[in-house]
Amino acid sequence: MSEHEYKPKSKVGQWFNDRLPLLTLANHLTDYPTPKNLNYWWTFGGILTFCLITQIITGLTLAMHYIAHADMAFESVEHIMRDVNYGWLIRYIHANGASMFFLAVYIHIFRSLFYGSYKSPREIIWILGIIIYLLMMAAAFMGYVLPWGQMSFWGATVITNLFSAIPLVGEGIVTWLWGGYSVDNPTLTRFFTLHYLIPFLILGLVVLHIWALHVPGNNNPVGIDIKKPSKDTVPFHPYIVIKDGFALLMFMIVFAFFVFYSPNILGHADNYIEANPMVTPAHIVPEWYLLPFYAILRSVPDKLLGVVAMLSAILILAVLPWLDTSKIRSAVFRPLYRQFYWILVADVLILGYVGAMPAEGLYLLIARVATAYYFLHFLVILPVLGFKEKTIPIPLSITEPVLGGNPNLAMAKQKESKIE
Amino acid sequence: MKTFIKFCSILGLILSIFSQSSAAEKVDYLKTDWTFKGLFGKFDRGSLQRGYQVYTEVCAACHSMKYLSYRNLSEKGGPEFSVEQAKAIAASFEVIDGPNADGEMFTRPAKLSDKFVMPYENEKAAQAANGGAYPPDMSVLVKARGGGVDYIYSLLQGYEKAPDGMILDEGVHYNKYMYGNKIKMSAPLSDGIIEYGDGTPASVEQMSKDVTTFLMWAAEPHLEARHRMGFKAIIYLIILTTLVYFSMKKIWSRIESEV
Repeated sequence: MSEHEYKPKSKVGQWFNDRLPLLTLANHLTDYPTPKNLNYWWTFGGILTFCLITQIITGLTLAMHYIAHADMAFESVEHIMRDVNYGWLIRYIHANGASMFFLAVYIHIFRSLFYGSYKSPREIIWILGIIIYLLMMAAAFMGYVLPWGQMSFWGATVITNLFSAIPLVGEGIVTWLWGGYSVDNPTLTRFFTLHYLIPFLILGLVVLHIWALHVPGNNNPVGIDIKKPSKDTVPFHPYIVIKDGFALLMFMIVFAFFVFYSPNILGHADNYIEANPMVTPAHIVPEWYLLPFYAILRSVPDKLLGVVAMLSAILILAVLPWLDTSKIRSAVFRPLYRQFYWILVADVLILGYVGAMPAEGLYLLIARVATAYYFLHFLVILPVLGFKEKTIPIPLSITEPVLGGNPNLAMAKQKESKIE
Repeated sequence: MKTFIKFCSILGLILSIFSQSSAAEKVDYLKTDWTFKGLFGKFDRGSLQRGYQVYTEVCAACHSMKYLSYRNLSEKGGPEFSVEQAKAIAASFEVIDGPNADGEMFTRPAKLSDKFVMPYENEKAAQAANGGAYPPDMSVLVKARGGGVDYIYSLLQGYEKAPDGMILDEGVHYNKYMYGNKIKMSAPLSDGIIEYGDGTPASVEQMSKDVTTFLMWAAEPHLEARHRMGFKAIIYLIILTTLVYFSMKKIWSRIESEV
């Protein structure tokens, strides 16, 4: 793991480290050579770690006061909001924390897409990330059910009903998931159990994600392999620690604005109405971070195929390292990919927007076109682009562009014109 | 750095557009100047106390408020009645308690620790008394409606003669702000329906504003504490961020690379 032999200075330290090399690990983490040209898009890994820990701590506190029972869940949430000391603060941090977590994870994923961080030799990091993302969605969905409001109940009903699309065994699976013949108390208690479990699974996967990262080291905006350690790298501490810290503080300011000044803007008003199996809300909408996939689900007329399309939309990401045939990682040196990348970003945002709208008329048409384009991007455009695209020559080291200014597009273009 | 900030603000904007557009059709609600909005928003104490009077003399005939206790009325950040006043308010309600040593249930005057007494025994009784429609519990009503306070405020003043051609069933009223425009509740307020203790003229507009303020507090009893803490937290974060920014500049100046 370490590039050089590390020996603690004190006798006690050596004695301990020989038996459990925690100090070696700490030394590896602080010395970890990091590309010095990492930009702010790379700070979201640290931000995500903060989000996970915040969710776990606030979640544990909430669990001390929450009652997972269909007759008492809604009331216990009101109890937290009114009578538990600073319960309102803890709950608003947890509820908005979920949104912040997804905001950060989407930026993290799209950063990876732009700079080709998923490509060899980082495929395992990427796949672990996709599994974490899937678990996050499961945790968030089940967490949204716990307050037992109208959207909780009906969201749970809609999503669990998706499994009924599976031929032959579908209905049986749904009954098994519910623990009965409708979403009810057994559903709530098992969702609570799983919602409690999943964050710790995520935590374990995050450790693997970081471990896998520390084998090849970070990708970087130029996307080239670098020698480590070299003058292209800086030690993680203090350079990256302080930069991540600064970005995290900026992120926390945004977070605080939501928590203190519009804590309910990202939620749905209907979730302040206690769950009522006899009354269906006018529109059943998931939380904003699931909307693009909801749009894909609804854009397919057949239920089973809709579910398949929605799942494929996520799972297709897992095979992305093999769908993208280009050897060049960073979009900075891929003029065509760069344009398709931004089209994909717009496409996903459009899917999110139509996901919030009723699935009819023009909205449905837009959703279908956007869904088709989403798959086209991954299944056709990316594989073909790798062969057809004329890329810009890449520099030999990070220091090269850094010494000449910024490792940016203008620089790359300049080089290109010089070559021509 | 700049593009990063720009990106974040654009994303924030998109997020807020999303959340607003998902709140169904846009209606132009009546507007008024709420004192509890904004960075330093606080409740108007007088308005809260009058609002409680409207609630208890008008709304409470049908609408419960089951998550509130009488002690809340004297707590900081709320209507802030004195403890004596709150005790007197509580004592004017009867609650069923027990069983006593003989195994009998008995009634007694309510105490500060009791929850607000409900107008009906249960939901079915409430429906039976109101032509099948359940008057919703008002504890979190403001947060349970898309338009929030503006919606409630408008609804209370939105009763009008039904447009020609619209047929209303027996016991159904026209309200231009109600979803679908049909509402089972008859216009609850009319000028002078109550007499304010502090002598404020009880116009429909005034009562609507007061009772909506009261409902906002009922739904968000810690709103004032939240705004106070939020301001401190954000100022603290801004100062810390600035300090960390300059530390970062200093540390990175050891090497030639740009941050």
